[in-house]
Amino acid sequence: MTAPSIIVSETPLVLYTLRRADDALILGHRLSEWCGHAPMLEEDMALSNMALDLIGQARELYGYAAKVEGRGNDEDKLAYLRDVRQYRNLLLVERPNGDFAHTMVRQLFYAAFADLYWRGMMGSTDATLAAIAAKSEKESAYHLRHASEWVIRLGDGTDESHARVQVAVDDLWAYTGEMFGADDAERGLIDAGVAIDPTMLLPEWLSIVSHVAREATLTLPENDWMQQGGRDGRHSEHLGHLLSELQYMQRSFPGATW
Amino acid sequence: MYTQALNSPEEGSLAEDAVRASRFQARIDAEERIEPNDWMPAAYRKTLVRQISQHAHSEIVGMLPEGNWITRAPSLRRKAALLAKVQDECGHGLYLYAAAETLGASREELVDAMLAGKAKYSSIFNYPTLTWADIGVIGWLVDGAAIMNQIPLCRCSYGPYARAMIRVCKEESFHQRQGYEIMLTLCRGTAEQKAMAQDALNRWWWPVLMMFGPPDQASQHSDTSTKWKIKRFSNDELRQKFIDATVPQAQYLGLTIPDPEMTQDEQGHWRHGPIDWNEFKQVLAGNGPCNRDRLAARRKAHADGAWVREAAAAYAEKRARRQMAQAAE
Repeated sequence: MTAPSIIVSETPLVLYTLRRADDALILGHRLSEWCGHAPMLEEDMALSNMALDLIGQARELYGYAAKVEGRGNDEDKLAYLRDVRQYRNLLLVERPNGDFAHTMVRQLFYAAFADLYWRGMMGSTDATLAAIAAKSEKESAYHLRHASEWVIRLGDGTDESHARVQVAVDDLWAYTGEMFGADDAERGLIDAGVAIDPTMLLPEWLSIVSHVAREATLTLPENDWMQQGGRDGRHSEHLGHLLSELQYMQRSFPGATW
Repeated sequence: MYTQALNSPEEGSLAEDAVRASRFQARIDAEERIEPNDWMPAAYRKTLVRQISQHAHSEIVGMLPEGNWITRAPSLRRKAALLAKVQDECGHGLYLYAAAETLGASREELVDAMLAGKAKYSSIFNYPTLTWADIGVIGWLVDGAAIMNQIPLCRCSYGPYARAMIRVCKEESFHQRQGYEIMLTLCRGTAEQKAMAQDALNRWWWPVLMMFGPPDQASQHSDTSTKWKIKRFSNDELRQKFIDATVPQAQYLGLTIPDPEMTQDEQGHWRHGPIDWNEFKQVLAGNGPCNRDRLAARRKAHADGAWVREAAAAYAEKRARRQMAQAAE
């Protein structure tokens, strides 16, 4: 017997909150995969710490999404009982950890966005989202500093590290555009002041990332083709494997309390 | 996570300055703490480096069996708690390597010895975590046994180790309560969950008893560690304390200790049946179910991270050079 997926009534605010919750959970899960396997003990600590921040953000966001939906779902049902097509996270955060360079570049791209995003969301007319934003912004600021320092160190380190981090930048670049998109469902929330317009964040994000790349002696790709689909549940093949691991217990033992 | 009495034979002490040695022993007898810059016998230093580094290695290797369940934890709350716990273990490892460094050993050389298979870590981490209940049992029993071993170490004669143990013990007792709470939830859950809890107890019980080291009568250990107040209780004393504390906890959970010979004596102590010391010997010799996997995982992390550590060092050097050049302008 396995537990079936739940059906979520995705009103604009529920969907909007779920998308951010999924970003946080999936990236937190990815970072947690490093625990015990990082290049140095200090990074085992740091990556776990950031994973904990993100899982904490996800829990608050899922809790809020469940409350707004009002159909008896909770953080665990939302995390563990939706299938790959129901997940709403950015493609960027589900990218596999790869080597340490890939993980750090993914962190840089996401944290540079998240820091700006949460700072903007502190002014949301939705009091819960504004409160979550205030906490998340502090965390993202640290994540950004951590990732920037590493990308600079790796880029300006040895020939090998430079080559690896450049490959990571080239590989992950196409997944950055999705962060700045907003569909019709989100437009209404933006107009109501619940959400901020992510397209406005692009220039500053580009300036932060370019600055780090310059310091790191890296080149940002010219290719401006951007992959899309995560927000609508069209994911890469990687997410299904992540979910089968993440959801294994809840799926295998329906209804049990842990 | 914890230290283990491995009872390696002590080296005979070299001819040291007899006056300083007797002054040193007098300080120990007076319960004074020995600090890094104080004079100490070479054998005392060596014993401590070995014990503290084994303890540090155990914390780090101990991240692996529990880490095995981080990505599969059954709820977000459990996932966060487990991740935080494994992170604590890593912190203990770092803290302990730092304590060992106060004795003149470097973290690199200690880690290299572990990766080369020359240094020991606790035998318990060479057993696999097969189900979620194993995470409960590890918190409850493995951390429980660790606390029994480590509480006396808070009064160890070597200051940095004793102080490290105070902080470590606080976190371990939190882990132990957390593990017991996982067990309680399982035992109050479905029949399947309770069976999972009992199965985990069955597999971990005997290896946990072995964590305290060989029985006193078989111990080849000299009493130097006791004389130096590094070790304050014998293996059997600690094992007995642990069993007496644990049996009522198992009864409360409604679980059966997998020892048909377990009986309570007139003094109220729970007396265990024979322990299979051959199994312990085999695990220490490298033949436990996971010895090879654990070392391979640590070696892989170390090797995969080599280019990162090299890059960090190269960058630090470049930066220092640039700063010097700037200052010279």
